[in-house]
Amino acid sequence: MTAEATTPSGVDEVHILWISEGMSCDGDSVSITAAGQPGIEDVALGAIPGLPKVNLHNKVLSPTLGGEEFLRPFRDAVNDRLDAPFVLVIEGSIPNEKINGDGYWTSFGNDEATGEPLTLNWWIDRLAPKAWGVVAIGTCATYGGIHAMAGNPTGCMGLADYLGWDFRSAGGLPVVNVPGCPVQPENFMETLTWLLYQAAGLAPTIPLDDQLRPQWLFGKTVHEGCDRAGYYEQGDFAHDYNSPKCQVKIGCWGPVVNCNVPKRGWMAGIGGCPNVGGICIGCTMPGFPDKFMPFMDAPPGGGLSSAIEGVYGPFIRKLRGITNKTMNKEPKWRHNRDALTTGYEPRWKN
Amino acid sequence: MAVRERVTPEAGKLVDMSWDPITRIVGNLGIYTKIDFDNREVVTCKSTSSLFRGYSVFMKGKDPRDAHFITSRICGICGDNHAVCSCYAQQMAYGVKPPPLGEWIVNLGEAAEYIFDHIIFQDNLVFVDFCEEMVRATNPSVWQKAEKAEAPHAELHGYRTIGDIMRSYNPFTGETYKEALHMSRIGREMICLMEGRHVHPSTVYPGGVGTVATPTLFTDYLSRLLRCLDFIKKAVAMNDDVFDFFYEAMPGYEEVGRRRILLGCWGAFNNPDHVDYDYRNMNHWGNEMFVTPGVVVDGELVTHDLVDINLGIRILLGSSYYEDWANEETFVAQDPLGNPVDKRHPWNQTTIPRPQKRDLEGGNYSWVMSPRWYDKRTGDYLALDTGGGALARLWATALANKVDTPFVKATGQSVQISLPKTPNTPEQVIEWRIPQWSNAIERDRARIYFVAYSAGMALYFLDRAFTELRNGVTKVFEDFDVPDEAIGCGFHEAVRGVLSHHLVIRDRKIANYHPYPPTPWNGSPTDSYGTPGPYEDAVMGQPIFEEAGPDDFRGIDIMRAVRSFDPCLPCGVHMYLGKGKTLKTVHSPMFGQHG
Repeated sequence: MTAEATTPSGVDEVHILWISEGMSCDGDSVSITAAGQPGIEDVALGAIPGLPKVNLHNKVLSPTLGGEEFLRPFRDAVNDRLDAPFVLVIEGSIPNEKINGDGYWTSFGNDEATGEPLTLNWWIDRLAPKAWGVVAIGTCATYGGIHAMAGNPTGCMGLADYLGWDFRSAGGLPVVNVPGCPVQPENFMETLTWLLYQAAGLAPTIPLDDQLRPQWLFGKTVHEGCDRAGYYEQGDFAHDYNSPKCQVKIGCWGPVVNCNVPKRGWMAGIGGCPNVGGICIGCTMPGFPDKFMPFMDAPPGGGLSSAIEGVYGPFIRKLRGITNKTMNKEPKWRHNRDALTTGYEPRWKN
Repeated sequence: MAVRERVTPEAGKLVDMSWDPITRIVGNLGIYTKIDFDNREVVTCKSTSSLFRGYSVFMKGKDPRDAHFITSRICGICGDNHAVCSCYAQQMAYGVKPPPLGEWIVNLGEAAEYIFDHIIFQDNLVFVDFCEEMVRATNPSVWQKAEKAEAPHAELHGYRTIGDIMRSYNPFTGETYKEALHMSRIGREMICLMEGRHVHPSTVYPGGVGTVATPTLFTDYLSRLLRCLDFIKKAVAMNDDVFDFFYEAMPGYEEVGRRRILLGCWGAFNNPDHVDYDYRNMNHWGNEMFVTPGVVVDGELVTHDLVDINLGIRILLGSSYYEDWANEETFVAQDPLGNPVDKRHPWNQTTIPRPQKRDLEGGNYSWVMSPRWYDKRTGDYLALDTGGGALARLWATALANKVDTPFVKATGQSVQISLPKTPNTPEQVIEWRIPQWSNAIERDRARIYFVAYSAGMALYFLDRAFTELRNGVTKVFEDFDVPDEAIGCGFHEAVRGVLSHHLVIRDRKIANYHPYPPTPWNGSPTDSYGTPGPYEDAVMGQPIFEEAGPDDFRGIDIMRAVRSFDPCLPCGVHMYLGKGKTLKTVHSPMFGQHG
C-alpha cells in the first residue's frame, strides 16, 4: 500500500471538456483568465511539474477555428472515442428542459443528423457518467445562483441538483463545487490543479465539505478574514457606505458566509468585498441570492449580535484607545542628549 | 449609401454554411448563411441566439435596491457596466445624486473596463483573425505581400514589416498577444481598485460607491495606467499599419462587414458638475457626458438628446420566441416631461417567453428580440448598430463637438487624444478621423483609438479625484429613500455599445425592469417589418476574399465581419459544418431593404 502510494499510478494525459452553455453570464470563463496562481496557460502549456498533459477545450481559450474541430472531443467523448480520460467542467445553472414544449432554454451545437439544437442537458446526461471528474464552476453551476432565483421561468438548478447529490463520476468522485459569482480566479485554478495531481496519482482525494466545496478554500467565513472584523469586535459600525468600519449594519453577511475573498483579494491581492467597501451578499452560498435579499439591509440576527457588540465593544475600544495612544508614542530612550539610555551594555568602557 | 448589386443565384449553387455556437459572453450565438461560391458572395444570413434566462421576468417584485447586484450578472465581461447603468436608473428613481468623488471613482472604474475589455478582445481575439497563422492559411498571397510590406510606423512600434506585426499576434506565442493578456490583467486590477471586483463589482451602490478614497487608491491606479499608456501608444500605430495594409492588399475589402451608417451611442462618463439624474434635465446633463450620446444616420447626427433617444426606442418581435405584449399593462403612459411613451418602449414591455422549435426558414429562430430606433423624421424603425461600441462613440462624440478636456477633445470631424510622456514612450497626439465607411475594419480600428480615449479620460478623472481628496473631501456616497412609486432610466455604454436600463417602481418593489445591452441591438434577428438585424445585414451580400473553395472554406471574412461588432469576449467563431454542404433545393432568398 505504502509503496503503491509513492508510485504515481494515475494517468499521464487528461482532456478538460468545458461547457459554458448553462444559464450563466460566462463570467467564470472570463474570471479564470485573470488567474495568476497558477495561470490557466501554465496548466495548459505543461508548465507545472507532475501534472498530466492537459488538453483544454474551452471556447474562450481554444485556438481552433472550426466548430466541428472544436466540438470533436465533445462528440468523441459521447461516442467513447476520446483517447484519454476527461474532466467535465460545467458553467451556468442547468435548466429544466422538461417544461418547455418543443423548445429549448439553451443549446450547445446541433444534432449532426437532424440539425436541431442539442441542449446542455443532452450533453450532461451523456458526458457526466463517463467523466473521470465533474466540476461545477461558479455559483450558478454549483447551486443554481442568480438564474435560479424565485420567479425564474426556466426552472434551473445546480449541477448536483440535476445529477443527484449522491452522483459519482467514473473516477469515483462526487461533483466538485467551486462557488463564487463569479468564481474567484485562483480558487478555481487551485481546485483544478489538485484534481489534476489526483488524476496523476500524486494527491489523495480532494477534501470536500458537505456542500461539496474544497474544505481549505471555503472552511472559514468572510468575517474571519475581513480587514474590518476588528471594528466589529469593538462594536464600531458603519452607518452608511462612506465609512471604512464594519458593514454588518448596512447589509454585510460576512459573519455567516463561507468565502476566502477578503483574505485573498480578488486578483493579485487587490480588491474583494467588505475589506474594500462592498457588503458581502453571500454569492458563494447555496442560499444565494434569495436568502440574502434585500442585500442593502442588515441581516436578521445582525441586529442582535451587533447590539451585544455594542455593549462590550465600546469598552474594549476604550481600552484599546489607551493602548493605541501609548503605542503611538516613541520609546523615551530616543533623544539627542549626551547619555545612551537604550539599555545597551557595552563590553568596553571609555 | 452604396447598394450592392445582387444577382439571384441559380438553385443548387448555394452552399449552406453555419457557425454555431459563436460564443457570446451571455450565451450562444449562431450564424447561418447561404453562400454563392460562383459569385463569391454571401447571399443570406440569419443570426440566432439559443439562450434564455429571463432577467426581466424574475426581477419583478424584488427590492429595487437589489437591481444592480442582480443585473450585473447579465454579463460576465461587462457586468460593471450593467451595475453602473442600473445605479443611474435607480438614482433617477430615488432622486439622489452621488457626491462628485463617487462619480469620479465610477468613471475611473469604467475607463479601466473599456481599457481592459477592448484590449483583450482586440489583441487576443480579433487579431487572431489577422495574425500570421490565419492570414497564411486563408490568404497565402496576402501573407506573401505582408512579409515584404514595410510598416509605415515602424519607428513607433518597432516592427519592420507588416508580416512582423502579424507574427506578434499569433495566439499564445506572439509577443503582442502575450503583452495584451498581461495588460488585460493590469486593467482588471484597476477596475478592482475602484469597484472592488471584476466582473461583478462589490463597491458600486445607488448613491455612490463604498470604495475607500485614499491617496493610495489613486496612486495605485495611476501607476498601472502609465504602464497601459506605453502599450496603447504602440498599439494604435500597429493597428493602423495592419488595417491600412488590408485595404491596400485586397482592393474592395471595405465591403467586408459594411452596412449603411446607422450608429447609436448612449453616452458614457457622467460629469458630476452637471448631472443631477432628473429626467427633466436629461438633455442638459446628457450633453455634458464625456462621451456624447447620439444617433448617426448616413453620416448625420440626427439627435444628441437623451430624451429623444429614450423615447425612440422600440422593441419589436418578428423572429423571436416570445408572445406579444400588446394586451398587457401599460406601465408608463407619459414620461416626466409629458411626452407619450410607446407601448413597444422598454418601460411598457412585458416579457412572455414562449419556447419553441427553431425555424430558420421563415419562422422564429432566436431568443433575442429586435430593438430598433424610431426615426420620427422618416417613420423608419432603424436597426441601429453600435459599431462594436467604439465606432459609434467616437463618431457621435466627434460630430457633436462638445467634449473638451486637456487630454481628449472633439473637433466636429475628429477626436484628438493627447497622451503625455510615460515611462517608456514620449508624448503623443492621436487623432481619430471620421472614416468613409461603417465596416469591419473601421469598427476594429475605432476600438484601439477608444482605448486611447479612455486612458486620456482616466488621466483627467484622476486629476479631478486627486483634487477632491487633497481638498479633504472624501465623501463618496449619499443616502436616499426608496419612494413608493417612481420610474427611472439609465443610459450608459457597455464596452460593445449602447446600454439602457428601464425601471418602474410600485409599492417600493420592482413592477417592471428591462435592460437592453448592445448585443440585442447588434445580433437581433429579422424584425416584424422584415428588417434584418445588423449582423445579418452586414454579412448579407458581402464579398468573399478567402482564397479557398467550398471544401476548405473557413469563413474568415464572415468571422471578421461578425467579430468586428464585438459580440462579446469569448467570441470563438466555430464552424458547424466543417465542409460545405450543397443544398438540395434552394428558394430565391428574400433580400432586405439595404446592405
